Amino acid sequence: MAEDTSNADAYWKANKRLIGGCLAVWALVSYGFAILLRPLLAGIPVGGTDLGFWFAQQGSILTFICIIFFYAWKMNRLDKKFGLGE
Amino acid sequence: MSQFAINLLFVGASFAVYIGIAIWARAGSTKDFYVAGGGVHPITNGMATAADWMSAASFISMAGLLASGGYANSTFLMGWTGGYVILAMLLAPYLRKFGKFTVPDFIGDRFYSNTARLVAVICLVVASVTYVIGQMTGAGVAFSRFLEVSNTWGIWIAAFIVFLYAVFGGMKGITYTQVAQYVVLIIAYTIPAVFIALELTGNPIPMFGMFSTHTESGVPLLTKLDEVVNALGFRDYTADVDNKLNMVLFTMSLMVGTAGLPHVIIRFFTVPKVADARWSAGWALVFIALLYLTAPAVGSMARLNLLTTVYPDMAGQVENYDEAIDNPILYEERPDWMRTWEETGLITYTDKNNDDRIQLYNEAADFSERGWEGSELDVNNDILVLANPEIANLPGWVIGLIAAGGIAAALSTAAGLLLAISSAISHDLIKTMINPKISEKGEMLAARISMGGAILLATYLGLNPPGFAAQTVALAFGIAGASLFPVLMMGIFSKRVNSKGAVAGMLSGLLATLLYIFTYLGWFFVPGTEMLANTQENWILGISPLSFGAVGAMINFAVAFAVSSVTEEPPQEIQDLVESVRYPKGAGIALDH
Repeated sequence: MAEDTSNADAYWKANKRLIGGCLAVWALVSYGFAILLRPLLAGIPVGGTDLGFWFAQQGSILTFICIIFFYAWKMNRLDKKFGLGE
Repeated sequence: MSQFAINLLFVGASFAVYIGIAIWARAGSTKDFYVAGGGVHPITNGMATAADWMSAASFISMAGLLASGGYANSTFLMGWTGGYVILAMLLAPYLRKFGKFTVPDFIGDRFYSNTARLVAVICLVVASVTYVIGQMTGAGVAFSRFLEVSNTWGIWIAAFIVFLYAVFGGMKGITYTQVAQYVVLIIAYTIPAVFIALELTGNPIPMFGMFSTHTESGVPLLTKLDEVVNALGFRDYTADVDNKLNMVLFTMSLMVGTAGLPHVIIRFFTVPKVADARWSAGWALVFIALLYLTAPAVGSMARLNLLTTVYPDMAGQVENYDEAIDNPILYEERPDWMRTWEETGLITYTDKNNDDRIQLYNEAADFSERGWEGSELDVNNDILVLANPEIANLPGWVIGLIAAGGIAAALSTAAGLLLAISSAISHDLIKTMINPKISEKGEMLAARISMGGAILLATYLGLNPPGFAAQTVALAFGIAGASLFPVLMMGIFSKRVNSKGAVAGMLSGLLATLLYIFTYLGWFFVPGTEMLANTQENWILGISPLSFGAVGAMINFAVAFAVSSVTEEPPQEIQDLVESVRYPKGAGIALDH
């Protein structure tokens, strides 16, 4: 039982670490590149405007998709590694 | 064949499909009715979620919002998609593991409190009812424009169709109709967009066309658009915004609101496994992105197209914009699509300076020295998508497709919302709180009656929209984000938050948000009762009432943790429950409770 608990704890910690990393990227592209950091990216031209605008209207959405699939894939591996999958 | 006949054919054919599905997918058990039997493939569920999510507003209004707001309205794009990232990582898989039927189910069990359950039911019903009114009126507009029936009849027809598949099929019927509706709406949205992109940029993929060269002028499309709107006194399309705090908070409010909306969450209860819930969120976002990546292209291209139609001299290479705006078109020479839409009253023309020409510009800028006496063309934002096929001179069947697509978008979202409302009533109120001894058959009947009742209520409110109907963003997203999302997340990620903390958190998040909204938009949205004018100078720290949901969520978290830390720990069996939702193992057993 004690071993079970520590295994489950380790799984949950690994999950939280992964979520933290994914959320950092999520916030960086949307709140960061698309909004707050847009002036810093103003010098990088993209199709008639700047990189920040592209992130606001397309880049962030594309990144969100990648984040979710990456998370789902990573979690499948964690489920297996810790033997906690279905 | 007349346009009316074509529209009728397309809409009628799509209805035949929905009704066929209704007959095929009848619900045999409460599990069928609430979660479609729990065996929906993750990709199928992703597609159904996309249709569930993309409402009449996404289909009809989003491109118009982007066209008029440019960069500033990117908030809607990021907010309404970014919510799926937090849904996929923070809520969906664990709620699926929990394995019950509704959102209040989890809140009531996890916080071992019927008070918490009741607060959740009330939040769910208010948010969903607000949301569903917009779908009914949206369907009414689509019907009256394309099928030449009155608005009232349009709403009744929509209600009847939803009744057929939602009352008999429950979530099972809704799921498979939503898949069909997604296919209809995405094709309808994409085809005209492709043609407009081809016409303006030569690139058939709208999302790429938007960032490529405008063929007629040889300048990048967005640069051209900035120049054109600038010449007419508007803000640059790509201009940055000053109030960044508000932009961040608004985006965040839409994200947490999206993640907390019950009709979206319950879709993830229908997949077989926990891992499927994660994949399914990804697929949902892929299907949503197909439309959301096209919308900004449609918005920017439609705006440029409209302005260069009115000022033909601005279309090509322009040396001097001051001269290029000298010769707007004569009213008599306006294109056919403008004539068609004038009949609906969504485009209006008033010749203010009696020169028989159309001046369209920003009235905040001063053009009086040109003899202009006001902007003369009033174009409703919502027509951009609906008029797209006519603007691009596409054949009549594309217009029929748009009609079917707009109605599909409204119906699919309405059905999802109605299921969330009716299951909260039959399952959480009747089965769990009032009469736990009710039989399976009795609960099914209760579910069908509540569904019928919810449809009647939505129809009535659609016919007589109350003042709050226009406040979907403020009310539905504010409530879902400030009250439901935080307690769901704390219920999973903290073992320490107890029933007192959750109830206090939900209520304080909810009340703070409502108070802030009512201060600027009027008590219960009654005009004239606002305590402060709704202007940026009056907002606390420049936070708009629509952006307050994120602040409400933070208040909810803070109060819940504070109250929990000074009151008792949750009982051991609740801590074990939290432990069990965190691991996928054993989900199959949980479902057959």
